Order: sequence, then C-alpha cells, then structure tokens
Amino acid sequence: MDAMDAIRATYFQECDELLSSLEEGLLALEAGEADGDTINAVFRAVHSVKGGAGAFGFEPMVEFAHVFETALDAMRSGKLEPEPDLIKVMLRASDVLADHVQAAKGEGVVDTARADAITAELVAMTAEEAAPAAPSVAPDLPVAPAADEWGFAPLKFEFDEPAAPPSGWRLVMRTTAAMYANGHDAVLFLRELSRLGEASITLVKDELPPLAEIQPETPYLTWTIELPADVAEASILDVFSFVGDDCPIELTRRGEANATAPAPAPAPVADVAAIIASVRHTDEAAPASAEKAAGGADKANAKAAPANGPTIRVDLERVDRMIDLVGELVINQAMLTQRVAESGLARSSTVAIGLDELEQLTREIQDSVMAIRAQPVKSVFQRMPRLVREIAASTGKQVRLVMEGEGTEVDKTVIERLSDPITHMLRNAIDHGLESPEERLAAGKPAEGTVRLAALHRSGRIVIEVSDDGKGINRPKVREIAVGKGLIAADASLSDEEIDNLIFLPGFSTATTVSNISGRGVGMDVVRRSIQALGGRIVISSRPGKGSMFTLSLPLTLAVLDGMVISAGDQTLVAPLTAIVETLRPTRQDVRALGPAGHVLAVRGGHVPLIDIGVALGLRAAPIDPTEGVVLLVESEGGGRAAFVADEIQGQRQVVIKSLEANYQRVDGIAAATILGDGRVALILDVEAVIERRLSERSAPLAKAS
Amino acid sequence: MSKTILTVDDSRMMREMLLMVLKEAGFNVVQAEDGMDGLDALERASPDVIITDINMPKMDGYGFIEGVRRNDVYRATPILVLSTESSAEKKTRARQAGATGWIVKPFQKETLLEVIRRVCA
Repeated sequence: MDAMDAIRATYFQECDELLSSLEEGLLALEAGEADGDTINAVFRAVHSVKGGAGAFGFEPMVEFAHVFETALDAMRSGKLEPEPDLIKVMLRASDVLADHVQAAKGEGVVDTARADAITAELVAMTAEEAAPAAPSVAPDLPVAPAADEWGFAPLKFEFDEPAAPPSGWRLVMRTTAAMYANGHDAVLFLRELSRLGEASITLVKDELPPLAEIQPETPYLTWTIELPADVAEASILDVFSFVGDDCPIELTRRGEANATAPAPAPAPVADVAAIIASVRHTDEAAPASAEKAAGGADKANAKAAPANGPTIRVDLERVDRMIDLVGELVINQAMLTQRVAESGLARSSTVAIGLDELEQLTREIQDSVMAIRAQPVKSVFQRMPRLVREIAASTGKQVRLVMEGEGTEVDKTVIERLSDPITHMLRNAIDHGLESPEERLAAGKPAEGTVRLAALHRSGRIVIEVSDDGKGINRPKVREIAVGKGLIAADASLSDEEIDNLIFLPGFSTATTVSNISGRGVGMDVVRRSIQALGGRIVISSRPGKGSMFTLSLPLTLAVLDGMVISAGDQTLVAPLTAIVETLRPTRQDVRALGPAGHVLAVRGGHVPLIDIGVALGLRAAPIDPTEGVVLLVESEGGGRAAFVADEIQGQRQVVIKSLEANYQRVDGIAAATILGDGRVALILDVEAVIERRLSERSAPLAKAS
Repeated sequence: MSKTILTVDDSRMMREMLLMVLKEAGFNVVQAEDGMDGLDALERASPDVIITDINMPKMDGYGFIEGVRRNDVYRATPILVLSTESSAEKKTRARQAGATGWIVKPFQKETLLEVIRRVCA
C-alpha cells in the first residue's frame, strides 16, 4: 500500500466516523435536542467529508455534500429552523452521502434518482434564503471575486483565485429565459467549459438586482469565462452547439499584449501570481499531483502519522493469534494440573499451590485478551436507523426507533454475526408487527409505531431485544397456516407460546404474499438457525394488540464456554452450563412411563420428558436406567425443559471451543468440540437441538394421525 | 536547520496528507487537532509557519489565529488558512483575526510549498 492509499484508507475510515456522528447529531436534533454544538458538529461532519472528497476528486460527492452543507449552514446561522420535517430530509440526505462514500470506495452505486430528489429538496429548502439562481452555481467552479477585495497584511497574498492567463480566450455567456424554458442548465455549460482547460469563471454581479426585486423566472446571470490559448475555438463552440441562440455567447481572443503589460500591483503579488500560474500550468488537477507526490513519498512518512489519544490500532489478526495461543495455554495448563493431580502430589504441596496460581493467572490473561476483542454493539446498531427509515418509507408506516444499550460490549466475532439477525428482526417487526397509521389510529394508538432495539448483559450472555408496539402475533392465523402446511396436526393442542414459536419452523411465512421487505427468501427459521450456530437462542413473546418481542441471547464470546463435563456411553461430552438448571439423581418414583417408549421425570410437581443423551446422539441403542445415572435438568431459551440422562458427571470447567464445522462437518445435536485437560477431544452438546428433535419426534406421529 | 510547521486540522486524513507533503519537502511537522490543541502545541512546536483549518470543534480557526496573535512571540509568524471555504466574509474575518494567507482545499502540493517558501523568506 503506498502512502496515498494509506491516506485514502484513513479518509474512508474518517468518513465512517463522520457519517455516524452526522446521523447521531441529526437524530438528536430530530428528538428536539437542538443546541448550537450539535448543529455545528453536524455541519462539520458534512464539511469534512466534502473536504476530503475534493482532495481525492470525488466530484459527484463534492457536489452533493456542498448542497447538503449549504442547507446545514443555513440551519447553523439560524436562517432555517431545525424542524422535524427538515431533519427528516437531512437524514435521508445523510443516507445519500453515505451511498456516495460507498461508491467512492468502489462498493456500491449511488441511486441518482434518489440523490437528485434529495438535492432538489435541499435546494428548495435553502432557496428561500438565497438568490433564486444561486444554488444552481456549481460548487466546484471558483467564482472569482474582484481582486481588490483582499489585502492580507503584511504580505499581500491571495492564493486561491486562479491568476488570469496572460493570453487566451475570453467568453461572455449570458443566460436567457428561452434557455431555461428549454431545460438547459447553465451549470452544465460551465462545467463543460472547465473541462477544456484551466477555466477562470467570473459572475458578472452588476446585472443582479437587489434580492427583493428578483423575479424568479427572469434570467439575470452572465459569466465571463477565461480559457487558455491552447483550447481550440471549435471545442469551445462545440459546448454550445445544442443550445443555439438560447444562450448567446461572445468569444474573443485576448492579445499577447496583456501579458507583457502587468497590472499595476505591488511586486510580491505579481510574483506569486506568476508562480501560481506556472505551478497551475504544470499541474492539471489536485488528485493527479497528489498521486505524483505519493509516488516519491517515503512510505514511512505516512505511517509515521501519530495516532492521537490513548489508543493504538492493532491488526485483528494479531489479536486473534493471541486468543488462539491463550486458548492453547488454557488447555495446556489444564493438562498440567491433571498430570500433577494424577501423580499423587498433595494439594498443599508447593507445586500444587503454584499451579493454582498459574490457573488463576491464565484465567485473567484469557479475560484480558478477550476484552481486547470486545466491542460495543454500537457498530451494528448505528446502521439500523437508516434501515428502519427505508423500511418505513417503503411500507408507508410511521416508525420511531428507540435504541438502548449501544455501549454493551461483546466479542468482535459475535458482533459481526449480529447484523443479519437484527436486520431481519427489525424488518419483521415493522413489516409484520406494526400496523399502518390508519389501523393504529383506529385502534386508539398513536399513528407512529415504536420499535425498540436494546442490548444488555444477562448472566454471562448478551441479550438483544427487538420489540414493537404493533398488533402482536395473529395466533389463529398462525395456527391455520401451520395446519395448512402440514406442520402441525389440525387438532394439536398447543399453548400460546408454542403457537408463537411455530413461526420459526422451516417453510413458515405469515405474509400471504411475499413482500419485498421481509420476504427475501429468508424466514425466521433461517434466523434461528444462524443464531443457534453461534450458540445463541431466540424466543418470541407476543400480546395480541400490544405488540411482540423477540429476545435473542448469545454467548459473549465464541472462543470459550463454561461447561459441565459428563460421560454417556464411552464418550465424554460437555453441556453448556448456561442451559443447565440443576442436576439430580432421580428416585424410582420420580420416573413415570409415558406411552410405550417415553418416560417423564416428575420435578417439583411438574413433568419433563426424559431424554437419554447416549441414545439421542446414537452412542448406544438402549437407554440406561435413569435412577442409575445422573439427570441434568436443562432449559431452552424458549422455556422448554427436558431431563438429560447421562452416566456420570466428571466436573465443571471452562473449555475452549473448536468449531466442528470448520474442522469436520456439522453434526446434529452437537454444537462444537473441545480439547480436555487430558488431551482427549470432547463434543459440546447443542441442548436446544436435542430437545427440539425430541419434540419433533413426538409431534411427527401426531401430524400423520390427522 | 529545517523549518517547523504547525498544522491544525480536525481531519485525520488532512493531517496525514499535510504531513506527507511537508515531510517530503523537508519540514518538521507538529500536528494539532483543533484550535485549542493548536494553542497548546504552540510552545512545544515553536513553529516557523502555521497552517490552520477554519471549521473545527472546540475552537475554530479564527479563535486559534487570534490566540496565536495575542502571544508576542508569534505576532509575526505566518499563518496560512487552509479551508474548503472561499467566501469573502470568511476571508475578511480571517484577515482581521491575523491570517497571512488563504489556500483553498483541495490544495496543490506545489502551490502549497511555494507559498510556504514565500512566507518563510
């Protein structure tokens, strides 16, 4: 990567930060928290994006940012009130700006129709403040003011205005009513002219009447354009070939005499003008010159840019490598502990005590390393307001998004995979959950629906909640569809909760027509499966007429897991501790037969199905006697309970998760694998999947019976 | 001895760009993120030339220029404004605050260096 690429990368990184602070600021303004600082920050964000875009020559982005900035400037100077309607337009403008940034990165295209519509709205907004024609002046065309306006003491410098070429073309271009009536835009001509060479464009201001007397449909503007002598006359005339008499021009060639008779100005000014003129002559465009500079630049220079503030940037690869190594360290340390224990050394021996300390330290190192990779969920959350706006716009619903707990931290590997499920749940909440404004009003609710997205830590897991105040799940309809699709028996008796959970079944979709919002070929079943693949769970709760809430819970990291080590058959298995409610040794009278093969366990007045874990995983043919083994009472996130029968419990420990899918292949009922202290490989149970399979085995015959 | 330039800009990218260009041209560069930071860096940098942005958080370019000029040591130090803006009103304000020159972003490397050499002479 050369120096220029590095700067470009910095720019895009900065853009992302600026865009999110822009959106944050606009949302604050929308919420009525308008203060000067917020407006300034919002203005600066767009301003800085534009500045960089100019440096890299991203012209369309510069133009759009300029229009946006003008509107923000009007707001900053108090000419425009930050009213909600206006902020909504600006929020959409910030989306378009984000699209421009993506396009500049080469990762997408700008919807020009949409961009133009927003530009028009922004221009209309500011038009009341400015002269009617003013917004149509392209931002990238320097409008040269009279030279004598400036007198920078003590060195009389004026650097930016292009020095008049000593010789060349002088073009006077007048706007006419006919030109506008026929849809010709003066800006396009100016832009076209500036492409021919170093154009110096000056607006003839004396023809402009005072603002109060300006007639919106009357043309007032005249420009004088100076072009270098080497531009062919034909190419200048070509620019106006389509417009004909609608745009009268006067083209004159300026004599060489002008160059030899310098303006009666102080010597330094003339000098600098000459320098600049010569410099400008050798360099056509800023990006080109910057690129050249990059070629010769010492690469170390760009990298030597000091990172400000108490943070450092580290390659993720290095952190990942460290996490891997710490994982190995944990395994190694556990092996060592086990060897020492087997060697018969006393717990009080100095070696054993030293090992205890080592274990403590290892645990702390592991926590610290994991904390390096932990990130606030904000990076995912901040993409959602835009999504919600877009869904709201396409469904015609009014939606307010409330976000909580954006600072909640979770491992980077988890964050990356949160985006899709959250996106889908939000789509679902707005598309299926919320009613149309009319329906809401009829139901006595405010026209604007509220969707809440929250993140929180709960017992060592991260919980994401997506709730809406819509109509809730239509249970009779869900049931009807499930029966219609053969997913359940017509006479199956299901609790409300079980009906709600039907929407997670593969092939289920409540929308009668596949809408382009939720129905992108992904159902809630896919969402659930992708979450389960992360060791997560998803549940739904719903109240008719009040709304629904999806609760998604995920482990904080995909690297380690607190587990209970059990044996079944000749295998050692690990059950995630988070799923285990309690362990017990059942007595004979606790176990009751249910049907020919099924058994249930009586636990405090209730009954839960008994599942022999060895049989469930195909490790043995016949179940063992539950009273001979141990029972793990497990609970799924959905509240479903089961009693897993295992041979014995070996202990409880933290294990390093090794993906089974990445190293072997997916196995039903198994979430992952790990390496135990003695070096053996153990499989980690997918509790949810085991319970689910058991339930489906139970309901399948019911479905057939109907 | 090479000259020292203090650059004041809230954009990291702009700071890096200036650093690259100025280092290559053999200047020492001290960077600041906003006007306030720039005033803090003044003594540390003891710059021969100052290049500042206008739109910045905490303290803008005007405030910074005025602050520099209040310090007797830097009463005559050249201050170049580097801004995307070019309105008459803003230039006038910068001049009144004590700016020496105004360069419009995006800048051309050669223009910038030539102007710096001029004001240093």
